[in-house]
Amino acid sequence: MELEKFNYDNKIVRNFAYATLIWGVIGMLVGLTAASWLAYPDFFNEYLNFKILAFGRIRPLHTNAVIFAFVGNGIFTGVYYSLQRLLKTRMASDLLSKVNFWGWQLIILGAVITLPMGFTSSKEYAELEWPFDIAIALIWVAFGANMIWTIIIRRVQHMYVAIWFYIATFVTVAMLHIFNSMALPISLMKSYSAYSGVQDALVQWWYGHNAVAFFLTTPYLGLMYYFVPKAANRPVYSYRLSIIHFWALIFLYIWAGPHHLLYTSLPEWAQSLGTVFSVMLIAPSWGGMLNGLLTLRGAWDRVRDDAVLKFMVVAITAYGMSTFEGPLLSLKNVNIISHFTDWTVAHVHVGGLGWNGMMTFGMMYWLFPKMWKTELFSKKLANVHFWIATVGILFWTLPLYWAGFMQGLMWQEFNPDGTLTHEFIDTVTFLSPYYQMRVLGGTLYLTGAIIGTYNLFKTTTIGTFVADEAAEAAPLNKNSRFANEGWHGALERKPVKFIILSFVAVAIGGAIEIIPVSIVDSNIPTIASVKPYTPLELEGRDIYIREGCNNCHSQQIRPVRFETVRYGEYSKAGESVFNHPHLWGSKRTGPDLAREGGKRGDYWHYEHMQNPKGLSKGSLMPAYPWMRTDDLDISMTEKKISAMRTLGVPYEEGYEAQALADLQAQAEKITKEIVSKMEADFTKEELEAKFEELKTKEIIALTAYLQRLGQDIKVEK
Amino acid sequence: MQIIYLLIGVSFSIALFFLASFLWAAKNGQFDDDYTPSVRMLFDDEVEKENINK
Repeated sequence: MELEKFNYDNKIVRNFAYATLIWGVIGMLVGLTAASWLAYPDFFNEYLNFKILAFGRIRPLHTNAVIFAFVGNGIFTGVYYSLQRLLKTRMASDLLSKVNFWGWQLIILGAVITLPMGFTSSKEYAELEWPFDIAIALIWVAFGANMIWTIIIRRVQHMYVAIWFYIATFVTVAMLHIFNSMALPISLMKSYSAYSGVQDALVQWWYGHNAVAFFLTTPYLGLMYYFVPKAANRPVYSYRLSIIHFWALIFLYIWAGPHHLLYTSLPEWAQSLGTVFSVMLIAPSWGGMLNGLLTLRGAWDRVRDDAVLKFMVVAITAYGMSTFEGPLLSLKNVNIISHFTDWTVAHVHVGGLGWNGMMTFGMMYWLFPKMWKTELFSKKLANVHFWIATVGILFWTLPLYWAGFMQGLMWQEFNPDGTLTHEFIDTVTFLSPYYQMRVLGGTLYLTGAIIGTYNLFKTTTIGTFVADEAAEAAPLNKNSRFANEGWHGALERKPVKFIILSFVAVAIGGAIEIIPVSIVDSNIPTIASVKPYTPLELEGRDIYIREGCNNCHSQQIRPVRFETVRYGEYSKAGESVFNHPHLWGSKRTGPDLAREGGKRGDYWHYEHMQNPKGLSKGSLMPAYPWMRTDDLDISMTEKKISAMRTLGVPYEEGYEAQALADLQAQAEKITKEIVSKMEADFTKEELEAKFEELKTKEIIALTAYLQRLGQDIKVEK
Repeated sequence: MQIIYLLIGVSFSIALFFLASFLWAAKNGQFDDDYTPSVRMLFDDEVEKENINK
């Protein structure tokens, strides 16, 4: 058979590699800023108290940047390099490759701008507002179409296991993203989740967990199966095991999401389902981990000399550790300690810094010399990077494991007389030294990343970049087309295309059938006393979302004594039926707020937002002075009421007409209460001026919302 | 909790998609040889002189 000559597209790989490194450094820098906030809150409150730098806004920026910008571009780098070589085929469309690259970078740029501005949907790892959600879906499909098209025109009949991981990544992430992002837009940068309360929480964590599974895990496993054998120059330990690994992993992963909602008001059977599948996941995860490590059997001496292999060994080991820990954390008796604490944060950073980070850099150190046809600029610097990063991971995670474990136990501790041993704030001040150690760990890791980026950049200057790498391979022997076959006949001979089209058909059909049912039915409140928010509370809730309060405060009290004694009656599913989106949260850097309403006076909240530390000694909370000076935006209040009604919240027909009047009346009531507490310090005229000035401010709406929390089912004493 | 029907539906569709892919792959002979592919991927015959440098 005649050999065909063609070129591999290295340019797209290079572009994605540059983007990975640049966004990686930026994403980690933002993470370091967020970590510093918690370690040195006084410094930040004193000197860096800007809206766009508040913890609640930069934490989502950090997670989005490292997941979608750093790891996302890392995925594309590895896939675009390996797919072409595994299939002996250039990417099917250079145009789609470019659309994928520039589209993805623009979305990231959009995130960098809009997240600090407070445009957020509040859903974890999916904070970007709806126009970006649509853009992500389109660009993702461009990537998938390019990949599948390339697979269809491939020159190698057999699809190497890495390609299976790439396909699963594309298909599943597309589905997860679309269903989790269902929302009703109010304006260009504001929307409400289509789901509410417990349903929204379930969709969110079905997505959230699978973002870990199919964005941070499966694509990187594909990269592992390509780059580890390549770097070691020996075949994977067991190809058969890799196939079993793949199929077992993807069938189990999708059901594990509810383990993020243990002890919440999610029905117990759903929680148990999540636990069972999470525990089962250890088998394929460890199968894959061992398969990766054993690939180096007989070549361990090379690990001593080769920085690429060092990075990969630590990456795979970190994968093994976090997939061992994951099932453990899914057990209810472990989860009751770990949930809402920094333990979870440490867990994800073993995965993020260890598995994704180290694998990315290992891959880059291998790729750059290949594509620039040279040696790495400095092997010594690569080793320095390796050790700084590895020590950085230890400094990062170990203190936080300890901090989380201790905080979880402190929350549970009772005195012999049945009272709680520790105030919440005691468990916060306890964490301070650990937070400082984390800053050190993060600084080390970031320093390593900068050294690595410098080393790779220098490598490009000493080598010559091969933009189009020549290759040759025999074409695939395709069946000849029958003369009179119809379109379906042609489709039947193209199984990939056929499967995808039928899958899309099934999914669309299912969605159309089920979404309306789920929306309509969920409107029926299971608790009669639970009422929709007043217009002012609704606006206050949107401020809560904008400032990202849910990044540090949960609104979900677990049904165990140490929680109910501290916070009050445990949370019921019926309480959040009108919450589009839910705001249960996943972390308690500050205390739970599910029953905050009525615990303190309006004036307390007014003062607390200005000076958290003044009212709560040792508090890490940022001050929000702009809430006292910024006017509440009421231009969309009526629209918001209508939107909520469309989503099924039972506002009376025509209530929009009265909404603003109600809003003002409630605002005046709260302002009067606040101003009355200042009587000792001001004259009557000054108080009146204060009242007029304050009643239109954001702080009033936020106070209204906070005072409403948990009031619906409060029993009067 | 009606949302569970949606999630189960979507998750099942994905599972069905993977099942169909698996059956196709098995029938297509993708798994007949569980050794050669692991070695073949190591060989990228470089056609050095024809590279277009930029």
